[in-house]
Amino acid sequence: MSALKIKKGSSKHSAYNLRSNFGEENETHTLAVLVDNEAGVLARVIGLFSGRGYNIDSLTVAEVDHHGHLSRITIVTTGTPQVIEQIKAQLGRIVPVHEVHDLTVEGSSVERELALLKVDGKGEKRVEALRLADIFRAHVVDSTLKSFVFQITGTPDKVDAFADLMRPLGLSEIARTGVAALSRGGTEQTD
Amino acid sequence: MTRLMSGAKMVVQALKDQGVDTVFGYPGGAVLPIYDEVFQQNDIRHILVRHEQGAVHAAEGYARSTGKPGVALVTSGPGATNAVTGLTDALMDSIPIIVLTGQVPTFMIGSDAFQEADTVGITRPCTKHNWLVKDTAELSGIIHQAFHVATAGRPGPVLVDIPKDVQFASAEYMTKNKVKTNHYQPRTKGDLDQITALVEALETAERPVFYTGGGVINSGTSASQLLRELVEATQFPITSTLMGLGAYPASGKNWLGMLGMHGLYEANLVMHDCDLMINIGARFDDRITGRLDAFSPNSRKAHIDIDPSSINKVIRVDIPIIGDIAHVLEDLLNIWKARGRKTNSAALKSWWSEIEEWKKVRCLDFKPSAKTIKPQHALMRLEELTKNRKDRFICTEVGQHQMWAAQYLGFEDPNHWMTSGGLGTMGYGFPASIGVQMAHPEALVINVAGEASWLMNMQEMGTAVQYRLPVKQFILNNERLGMVRQWQELLHGERYSHSWSEALPDFVKLAEAFGAKGILCKDPDDLDDAIMEMLAYDGPVIFDCLVEKHENCFPMIPSGEPHNKMLLGEATTKDAIGSSGAVMV
Ligand SMILES: Cc1cc2nc3c(=O)[nH]c(=O)nc-3n(C[C@H](O)[C@H](O)[C@H](O)COP(=O)(O)OP(=O)(O)OC[C@H]3O[C@@H](n4cnc5c(N)ncnc54)[C@H](O)[C@@H]3O)c2cc1C
Ligand SMILES: Cc1ncc(C[n+]2csc(CCOP(=O)(O)OP(=O)(O)O)c2C)c(N)n1
Repeated sequence: MSALKIKKGSSKHSAYNLRSNFGEENETHTLAVLVDNEAGVLARVIGLFSGRGYNIDSLTVAEVDHHGHLSRITIVTTGTPQVIEQIKAQLGRIVPVHEVHDLTVEGSSVERELALLKVDGKGEKRVEALRLADIFRAHVVDSTLKSFVFQITGTPDKVDAFADLMRPLGLSEIARTGVAALSRGGTEQTD
Repeated sequence: MTRLMSGAKMVVQALKDQGVDTVFGYPGGAVLPIYDEVFQQNDIRHILVRHEQGAVHAAEGYARSTGKPGVALVTSGPGATNAVTGLTDALMDSIPIIVLTGQVPTFMIGSDAFQEADTVGITRPCTKHNWLVKDTAELSGIIHQAFHVATAGRPGPVLVDIPKDVQFASAEYMTKNKVKTNHYQPRTKGDLDQITALVEALETAERPVFYTGGGVINSGTSASQLLRELVEATQFPITSTLMGLGAYPASGKNWLGMLGMHGLYEANLVMHDCDLMINIGARFDDRITGRLDAFSPNSRKAHIDIDPSSINKVIRVDIPIIGDIAHVLEDLLNIWKARGRKTNSAALKSWWSEIEEWKKVRCLDFKPSAKTIKPQHALMRLEELTKNRKDRFICTEVGQHQMWAAQYLGFEDPNHWMTSGGLGTMGYGFPASIGVQMAHPEALVINVAGEASWLMNMQEMGTAVQYRLPVKQFILNNERLGMVRQWQELLHGERYSHSWSEALPDFVKLAEAFGAKGILCKDPDDLDDAIMEMLAYDGPVIFDCLVEKHENCFPMIPSGEPHNKMLLGEATTKDAIGSSGAVMV
């Protein structure tokens, strides 16, 4: 093995030009993160994702334990397996984070999202919207002579499909909560 | 017994309870109540720096040289923003420090009040954790927690932002042991199955290497002791990152020298060609790995680290062990001994003979000069004239001089080497040397500096003189931003865009202006005497060593290249075979 002399000025490599050797497929994972419900905790989680260039597909947060002041953050994220592993480890380093669960790998889980969709329309289109809403088990939560607001719950895919169908029928606004998720089955006591 | 006291008093009380003896700080409106309390006691020394960045670096130097957390106290707004570089530096290098900032009163937060800044917002990404204290009743508990978080697990900087009304109001003081333990309790014991897997790998490895890092220093002196025992027992070669120097002694038989971008030829080739790499408290930094897909292609890799996020972050490893170095090494040694202290000694012998061949390249040789002082030569003389001092602490700034210091000075003990590795903060070394000297008043503290870096925090001369800190500022003055100039020469077609400083000060006069001693040295023949003069002087010294202006720092692995593609200096035997000029001075 010999030392290789490189001619002056011949390398195009800049100081911070490195390539990763994990060229793998992206995966989407749903993470459940239990945190102290204190000021700034959401900023810490979001700052971690933006600062390290991770994706957030969906994020929901609410206090789930008033006594223990704990909130549950559900994050849907996409990345290579190595990035997903890093995201979990990085989340685990945040001091107010108690637990990080990857619902996508820890057995099966249920995921639900709620959406409100406003559909403006008259005549045939209005009837068709109502008919489709019925098939999707969406409820009418507000109606005028020219509009409906539908409420639908389901997986993000189901919400997407419903929104796609409503678009030609006069969909004018949509509000989505993002995903809430829990593992299936009873709680196993580990340790 | 309940003790009612003001928030300001609580701050001082909590620091005392935590065993703090020194605080580096700078006052301002939002911390005046705390300064008032500092005035009325004698247990904690307060060192008035000249810039808040200096306070934080001084706290870092104090922390790294003692193994205890360092403390800085600064005011709101500009005081806090000036602390940001130091916080980021400490985060990157895993240095435990506690920064206390003043804040505008709670009822004025959000109103763009005078000297208001969103300090917790600004410092959230550059601290391990931070707190805004809104209630005096919580203040003492939070300060105790801050010390816990800064020092537990992977150490790092924390910040406590204290509004002025919280400092004035009174509440009950909570002692250290009354504070309810935080759920933040990183695990220190490694998994025994994984440790056993590593022992098995040690027993059979043919071409092993210990690749050690700053984590060994973080883990405490017992970790260095155990590491030495492990190396002695196995007779494996050992290299270290910039941050880990001193954990294993430079005079040790198995020492290969530093690895990485400016690491030694033999160390990098050992990393490239090994069959078992045992990473102990290092984080596969890009200055180490070079091109990732060519990094040590044929080795199994084990990694001992207390931070799960360090594992598999850049390099996928085969044997991950999460735990504290000292704990893991203790278990490792016990298991290895219990299994009969086996290594593959025949294979090790031929591995060592291969390594001896690489050493013959003499990668640190350089062309000597009788006319100008070569920076490497200056450091070799400094080493020769100071190495017998057990109490020698070396700090550095950032640049070529930093790399030469790592290459040419020998570090025998942990916590004696203070340098900014991860952030590479020019201006770190001088204030760090002040922090080190505060912690070790009798010690010899030398800051190896480049003139450009040194100027970034030169105002701290005032601090050094005020507190009679005999810090030696050993400036290798090449009148260039040397490291930048080197990159421009090698990688940017010799276009030297803004990499030299005109109008440098007369450093001797500058020293005198501050009431310190200045020494100028430009002739190689005068060097030893000048260094002796510096060492003999009882007080701060600026040593202006005029060195060769265009010297490059070798070996060098250009970024993005693999370890076996290394640039070597002209004087090494690979290039100048037979030339007598190649011999080391
Ligand atoms: C101009 C310049 C050039 C440089 N060139 C080089 C070079 O050639 N070679 C080089 O080595 N560096 C070089 N560096 C430094 C480099 O940028 C990194 O800072 C350095 O390599 C990181 O060292 P480390 O891997 O030991 O990690 P550190 O930053 O010291 O991290 C320590 C690791 O140990 C872990 N740890 C902490 N505490 C414990 C514990 N108690 N138990 C277990 N694990 C623990 C941490 O989680 C972390 O993963 C250079 C820097 C500059 C500014
Ligand atoms: C605060 C800061 N700004 C810029 C840099 C980029 N930089 C790295 S080394 C260097 C030159 C340092 O010059 P000097 O201190 O004289 O040391 P030398 O390399 O000449 O030994 C610069 C500008 C840095 N590391 N830190």
